[in-house]
Amino acid sequence: MAAFTAVRAAVSFTQRFVRVSRDCSVCPLYRLNVCTGAAVDGFSAPNRRLPKRAGWVDLLLYSRVNVVFIDRSGQRIPVKARVGDNALHLAHKHGIELEGACEASLACSTCHVYVSSEHYEKLPEPEEREDDMLDMAPMLQENSRLSCQIILTPELDGMELTLPKVTRNFYVDGHVPKPH
Amino acid sequence: MKIHGLSSASRCLAAEGGVRGLSSSSGPRVCIVGGGPAGFYTAQQLLKDAAVDIYERLPVPFGLVRFGVAPDHPEVKNVINTFTQTAQHERCSFHGNVNVGKDVTIDELRQAYHAVVLSYGAEGNRSMGIPGEDLPGVFSAKDFVGWYNGLPSNKELHPDLSFETAVILGQGNVALDVARILLAPVEMLKETDITQNALEALAGSKVRRVLIVGRRGPLQIACTIKELREMVNLPNTRADMLPADFEGIAEALKDLPRPRKRLTELMMKAVKEGGDDKAEKCWGLRFFRSPVEVLAGADEKRAAGIRLALNKLEGSGESVRAEVTGQLEDVDCGLIISSIGYKSIPIDPAVPFDPRRAIVPNEMGRVQDTAGLYCSGWVKRGPTGVIATTMNDSFDTARVLIQDMEAGKLDLSVNKPGAQAITALLQTRGVRMVLFSQWEKINAEEEKRGKSLGKAREKLLDVDEMLCRAK
Repeated sequence: MAAFTAVRAAVSFTQRFVRVSRDCSVCPLYRLNVCTGAAVDGFSAPNRRLPKRAGWVDLLLYSRVNVVFIDRSGQRIPVKARVGDNALHLAHKHGIELEGACEASLACSTCHVYVSSEHYEKLPEPEEREDDMLDMAPMLQENSRLSCQIILTPELDGMELTLPKVTRNFYVDGHVPKPH
Repeated sequence: MKIHGLSSASRCLAAEGGVRGLSSSSGPRVCIVGGGPAGFYTAQQLLKDAAVDIYERLPVPFGLVRFGVAPDHPEVKNVINTFTQTAQHERCSFHGNVNVGKDVTIDELRQAYHAVVLSYGAEGNRSMGIPGEDLPGVFSAKDFVGWYNGLPSNKELHPDLSFETAVILGQGNVALDVARILLAPVEMLKETDITQNALEALAGSKVRRVLIVGRRGPLQIACTIKELREMVNLPNTRADMLPADFEGIAEALKDLPRPRKRLTELMMKAVKEGGDDKAEKCWGLRFFRSPVEVLAGADEKRAAGIRLALNKLEGSGESVRAEVTGQLEDVDCGLIISSIGYKSIPIDPAVPFDPRRAIVPNEMGRVQDTAGLYCSGWVKRGPTGVIATTMNDSFDTARVLIQDMEAGKLDLSVNKPGAQAITALLQTRGVRMVLFSQWEKINAEEEKRGKSLGKAREKLLDVDEMLCRAK
């Protein structure tokens, strides 16, 4: 039963993908070595076409990326996302209090987040314009990024994005975070 | 891809009545004075727990986002979409063309609402306090920016742009915006929302050289890297810096925090590379110089130059200050723009005001000695920072107000009439309010006029015309 579900997931994925690109080399099923050739023969008899080398679990999980937002009160909010999702958009979809004043056009720093260190390394380098905007964000740290520039990839599974505590109210003991 | 601001999340909460389960006819009512970023961001957070009315002096909303942000920075103005959602919230009402302090007093507002938040910003200007400051040819950056951005009170500015050199005092982002607008090729501006008369004046401008003068050194420059980079990359211009101003800077680089380091590195690059020698326009930063006198021309009728005192720096770190050396330098110029800061003014005798710091005295947004009165934005903190700074500050004030509501510091047991009472009062005084839906008519007209000129919008410059369109 579970295997059948996996195949149907693979078929529907392929059907959607084929509409976008008919080039096999960009298809994740091909790259994961689980292509059943379904697209070529018009999806006949899907039951007999089970993925062979990689497990069907990998297939189901391929496009899923798990992200945890940590809001300003320290509460952890796990979120299920997909490859290609924009981190800021994801935050809004889940009611996380992250502003995006300039609507992802690199003209503000209101979507500033801290990225968990092992995932920070996996993000592509920020372009100069992002670095310029980050320079204006209060409490900049080494792992700071603008969330509107973070596009989810499989390696970012498990990433934690922490919202900076930017209000003066928080540091009542006079603690000043070390500037970067 | 359109990404909605926070209001979409807070709207979901509000639809269920928010934390307090309120209906639209009862519950806390809060009044906000000022329809700029501070007002709208404060409203956004309060709407979860209260009904909010925003009062704005002009018929049109958005404050400095409309009148301060440079025309070639349209992405910064995207925040207007978030503010529009806030204004359209069922528990929010915008009332334009209401002059608080004149048409209605703060005391009258405090009687009609459970709490009042002052978010009216800084409409005044710090003056240089030097002889000749009032000569023709000298403008405040606030007025110059208001002129090219269509602020009704600056529409008759008519700055004379027929001189080769302009000197700007101050080195913050506003100073750099002015320099960029003065030197930008007209192609860069002609599709923006810059006013048509400013565009035409700039197209005929003879200004070729702009000096941006600061009293301290390169490590104290107040602008941010985005604006400096735009100057460095400005087409058909070259940078004209004085290497002497940068002595000792290279050695200091390694100890600087990242934002200051990147900014200083960019300046050093501009000093070294200069730019295309064939460029017909140039701009330069000048450090360690304070204005002491505006010099009149031979006819004594207008500004023809400026006298600068040379400074040296004393102290270190954050407390570096400029001290006079006694040396002077004269610069010939026909356009002088003072960009040394905006300034808040008192709105109503019933509101405490600190004239030295030019802000409303407060503790975390609670106005001193005045229960139920709060403040947010520049009138609370002073006139510095970008929209994000004001956003965080406004969220702080809203949080404090909500805490006070929950702690019983505001008497919510008594029903307050809110806008009903104020609207009635204004009507008896002959004040014509402009509601948000009426601003949308003005907005549509501006976009329509802009379209016919190939621009994002053509702003209405006249309050009477705005009121006419709002009918």
